[in-house]
Amino acid sequence: MSITYLEAIRLAQRRALTEDPRVYIYGQDVGAFGGAFKATKNLAEEFPGRVLDAPISEDAIIGSAVGAAIEGMRPIIEMQFADFSACGFNQVINQAATLHWRTQVPCPIVIRLPSGGTSGSGPFHSQSMETIYAHYPGLVVMTPATVEDAYSMLLEAVAIDDPVIFCEHKYLYYHLKAEKLPTEALPAGKARIARAGRDMTIVTYSAMLHESLAVAEEFASEGTEIEVVDLRTVKPLDTDTVMASVARTGRLLCVGESYPWGGVTAEVIARVACEGFGLLDAPPQRLNAKDTPVPYHPNLWAAHRPTARSIATAARNLLRT
Amino acid sequence: MVETVARTSITDEAAAFRELYIKAYRWMVLARVLDEKFASLYRAGKMHGGVFLGKGQEALSVSIGISLQKSDIFAPLIRDSGGRLAFGEPVLDAVRTYLGSVLGPMRGRDGNVHRGRPREGLLPMISHLGAMIPVVNGTLIARRFKGIKDSVGATCIGEGATSTGAFHEALNQAAIEKLPLVLVVANNQYAYSTPSSRQFVCRSLVEKAAGYGVTGQAVEGTDLTECLQVVGAAVQRARTGGGPQLIVARLLRLCGHGEHDDAQYVDAKLKQSPLGRDCLTVAEEQLRQQGWAQATDLAAWRAAAVEQVEDTVAKVQREPAPDPYQETWHALQTSHLRELHDEL
Repeated sequence: MSITYLEAIRLAQRRALTEDPRVYIYGQDVGAFGGAFKATKNLAEEFPGRVLDAPISEDAIIGSAVGAAIEGMRPIIEMQFADFSACGFNQVINQAATLHWRTQVPCPIVIRLPSGGTSGSGPFHSQSMETIYAHYPGLVVMTPATVEDAYSMLLEAVAIDDPVIFCEHKYLYYHLKAEKLPTEALPAGKARIARAGRDMTIVTYSAMLHESLAVAEEFASEGTEIEVVDLRTVKPLDTDTVMASVARTGRLLCVGESYPWGGVTAEVIARVACEGFGLLDAPPQRLNAKDTPVPYHPNLWAAHRPTARSIATAARNLLRT
Repeated sequence: MVETVARTSITDEAAAFRELYIKAYRWMVLARVLDEKFASLYRAGKMHGGVFLGKGQEALSVSIGISLQKSDIFAPLIRDSGGRLAFGEPVLDAVRTYLGSVLGPMRGRDGNVHRGRPREGLLPMISHLGAMIPVVNGTLIARRFKGIKDSVGATCIGEGATSTGAFHEALNQAAIEKLPLVLVVANNQYAYSTPSSRQFVCRSLVEKAAGYGVTGQAVEGTDLTECLQVVGAAVQRARTGGGPQLIVARLLRLCGHGEHDDAQYVDAKLKQSPLGRDCLTVAEEQLRQQGWAQATDLAAWRAAAVEQVEDTVAKVQREPAPDPYQETWHALQTSHLRELHDEL
């Protein structure tokens, strides 16, 4: 038996629906159709009345989730694509994110964002929104990179009393497989050393973890040991694990698929520069997508986002510094 | 025999309406007095932020609050002092939030009209217009999940908010889910300074109801009798399975957008028109014409309202302000997921 990243997400939702009567799923095409990516396949049939098709109204979808949370429910919202959450942005950042701070009433909602680029998807079905949401106080932002994390972190997201932006990567949906579901997991907010090394640290998350691990593998055959840190949750950011790694290696490269301006990689570098400047043997580096919308053609798309090739080049440059 | 019973019940009904009317009028007076106090505190420089009055909208607003039950949901907007009071919000909550008392429901973290007690069905508005409608929908969806059948959710907007996407999305959502939503639009002719001619061109906003497949009802917002009847009936229809109700009231905002605004842009002709009548004066005339109250009653009710507001303000002015050193500065409920920026 092998379980895909997508199947892990479906199974986590199935388990949440089974174990917690407060959980329901609401989003476009999530009902009988099973979702644009089939992340809710068969769930409407198995849980009648609890997996609801929504109109194309992202603001109303997310706004209603906040109301349901006030009344004690735990809605899981599927945005069909992360990009479309822009239409519900107001409800996320001004309603969901502020509710607990303003009123002491928790807002336990999960907003699933099918995120990131896949070949041929173009500017409006490829974006990574974690940076935008991480900017706002009151939100937890998860970016699982493995099948195991997709499963355990989604379950944890449902259990958390705060709004969680769950950035699941579309490229990983079918590309990633595991033999079985995890029985235990690191908690949210903790980064993971995905591969140990002593010569430099790559801090990354989501799909870029796998590009980075491929680079680490390639470098290992040349005798260079790269440590790869998977952030798992970008907010809160596990600064301790990052700092400890940089303390071991003295070199830092941050890799993210989202646009370069500001963002998770910038935040990691800012923290290391502020708190751990003395640990660095070379200026910290970062690699992001290019500062343009995400292109449609595979040739352009492959050059737009970081890949094992561009990460390897950045890593070599950093090791020479 | 039959005739006697019928007559008695008509008399009972009339007596009940008289009682409701007087109760509503007294909430209107309390709201007006409270608003006037906030305005005078604003002019005295005692307010931290803006002050937003419901002057001219009390009849409509109170009719909503008074038609709801304690167990219902209410998401008022900025001109709903009256509706809030009638729904059960204590004067103390209003004063504490305006003055920023740490003992208030918002603890100084949010102020003025941004107050509520979500656990008690009173939702605290955010500033983005139309944004509370889907939240009310969500509370009603949740209650349906929980098997609570006879709840109603009411919320208020102005005509300006009908131009938002949130209004459209949420009213449509409520219609699809057949929710017991009562959406009250106070067409007070101006959204801040923008006249309704720059906001919409349909003859009446109530025409929109047909487009969403919901019941629509227009009401003269200056007339308490009509407001009580129309809003009361809509709440009842929603409660008994009639689905979403859109109410559109015609009235005029008798103040600026906020107290910082002298509203010189309001058309003088509108002020002179029936639309510009003060609903409080209209209600007083009605009370006296019907013989439901004498001038001495009106004076006594107003004096009682003034005393209640003055006492509350005096009490709150002695209460502690929030202390930045006591503030936790965390936006998350989950303690282990809080980032410790102070350590950076």
